[in-house]
Amino acid sequence: MTTSDSMILAQGLRKSFGSFEAVKGIDVDVRRGEAFGFLGPNGAGKSSTMRMVAAVSPVSGGTLRILGMDPAEDGPQIRSRIGVCPQEDTLDLEITVRDNLFVYGRYFGLPRKEVRERVDELLEFVQLTEKADSMVEDLSGGMKRRLTIARSLINRPEILLLDEPTTGLDPQARHVVWDRLFRLKQQGVTLVLTTHYMDEAEQLTDRLVVMDKGLIVAEGSPMSLIAEHSTREVAELRFGVGDNEAAADKVADLADRVEVLPDRLLLYTADGEETVAKVHERGLEPVATLVRRATLEDVFLRLTGRTLVD
Amino acid sequence: MATDSSVPTNAFAGAARLVDYWVIVYKRTWKGSAISSFITPLFYVLAMGVLLGDYVEGDPAQLEGASSYLVFIAPGLLAAQSMQTVFGEVTYPVMGMIKWHKTYFGMTASPLTVSEVILGHLGFVMFRVGLTCGVFTLVMAPFGVFATVWGAVLAYLVQFLLGLAFATPIYAFSAGLKDESPFALVFRLGMIPLFLFSGAFFPIDNLDPWMAALAKATPLWHGVDLTRMLTLDTLDGSTALVHVAYLVVLAVLGWFWAVRRLTRRMVG
Repeated sequence: MTTSDSMILAQGLRKSFGSFEAVKGIDVDVRRGEAFGFLGPNGAGKSSTMRMVAAVSPVSGGTLRILGMDPAEDGPQIRSRIGVCPQEDTLDLEITVRDNLFVYGRYFGLPRKEVRERVDELLEFVQLTEKADSMVEDLSGGMKRRLTIARSLINRPEILLLDEPTTGLDPQARHVVWDRLFRLKQQGVTLVLTTHYMDEAEQLTDRLVVMDKGLIVAEGSPMSLIAEHSTREVAELRFGVGDNEAAADKVADLADRVEVLPDRLLLYTADGEETVAKVHERGLEPVATLVRRATLEDVFLRLTGRTLVD
Repeated sequence: MATDSSVPTNAFAGAARLVDYWVIVYKRTWKGSAISSFITPLFYVLAMGVLLGDYVEGDPAQLEGASSYLVFIAPGLLAAQSMQTVFGEVTYPVMGMIKWHKTYFGMTASPLTVSEVILGHLGFVMFRVGLTCGVFTLVMAPFGVFATVWGAVLAYLVQFLLGLAFATPIYAFSAGLKDESPFALVFRLGMIPLFLFSGAFFPIDNLDPWMAALAKATPLWHGVDLTRMLTLDTLDGSTALVHVAYLVVLAVLGWFWAVRRLTRRMVG
């Protein structure tokens, strides 16, 4: 039994595959009831970290405790108390929605009657009751994701691990998934998710780490990270292909910082409208302008010099 | 208070949690396999045993003690049935569970371990062997190929051991493959030569000495000879013991290899 409120504790955690180091020593402490995020681009080491936390991939270095237990010693015990929603669905396509949940409950040693009750509850929760007897291959991508989430809840886990829960879903399907995850959070389930969508991290997490190339480059709440690493507002200017670089020099003094992206300039400033007005005063005519609030995307750009989604 | 999930107390208890999965999968596919597992043996017994057998002199001295060609090949066909069932079950289906459907990844995210997942799958393979060989035994019984009832029962039970001796090493081989192209070779250069040259259709001593020695090194020959001694009631204790030991060792070595290969594949 764990006496502290630390659900996941990693110190100097490493993962290597041969000579390639996917995770290069990270410290993480996830508390009970928290929604914790790993934000970073593809290849940052998020999924490798998640697989170690899920007690399916051995730790290469450092220490890792999940619910106070060592995954190298107590893998099955840990897995019996957590839920895993993997990046790629591992549903059985050729059996029904209901049977997918039923057999999964049996893997956890739950009696058949108990599993049947939970299956009905979970189908209701992920709004798939009407699809209960459909084959999984006939479901849409969003429905499959919801089914995978339902499956990961069959053992009433204390920690729910979600690896890229909405990657590949259309906006409407993403919002349905977010809504369900938000409800779980309200029920007190500890959520740990990876994402390369900054809006997802902002919506769902209380606290997150930004990962890049196997290392944690920043940690905090979405709001505090934005406050710390960005200005409040961002003015986006589009000068047309090839002209952005030249324009950047002419507006450099109008903002705290200027980022040049292939298709636009980002001016980091406290007051976006005022900055845009000053740009126009100088006789510069961007093709398009947009003023917006700073997001985690800007934090990531600041910390790594790269964008999250290529 | 809701019942909590738990960790299996031993590997067999873990594998038992997979029974419902395999039952559901089998319910979906049984019709196709059930018909073929009845028709195929009947065709073989009629074509090879009865019709072709008509041209073969029923001389016990030439046929390892069998009084007719049908009686001679019946145990060979039974052993071959066990082998063929296993080849079908632990090649493409194993790759499907790893690569195409990723079902194993779902299973090992639960408290179940890789060994328990393999044990559960092999349990299903043994069920299939039991079924196809059971049907085969019942189809052949009316043709009078079994000298004694006990011999028939024991010959049937031998098919589980023979099946397992094939299942674990081939499973291990499949578990490490990146794509399915080697399976075609496994069938053409592995299973079919074994089927044709391991003493099912002709006495192995008809071969050149070096070919006979080669045939006697194969697991199918050990299975065929053991099965034939039981169906003809010509059991020789020490020879039978060698056969059993050979098959047990192969099954055990294959098991450890399978656990190693699948663990490496799943853990990455």
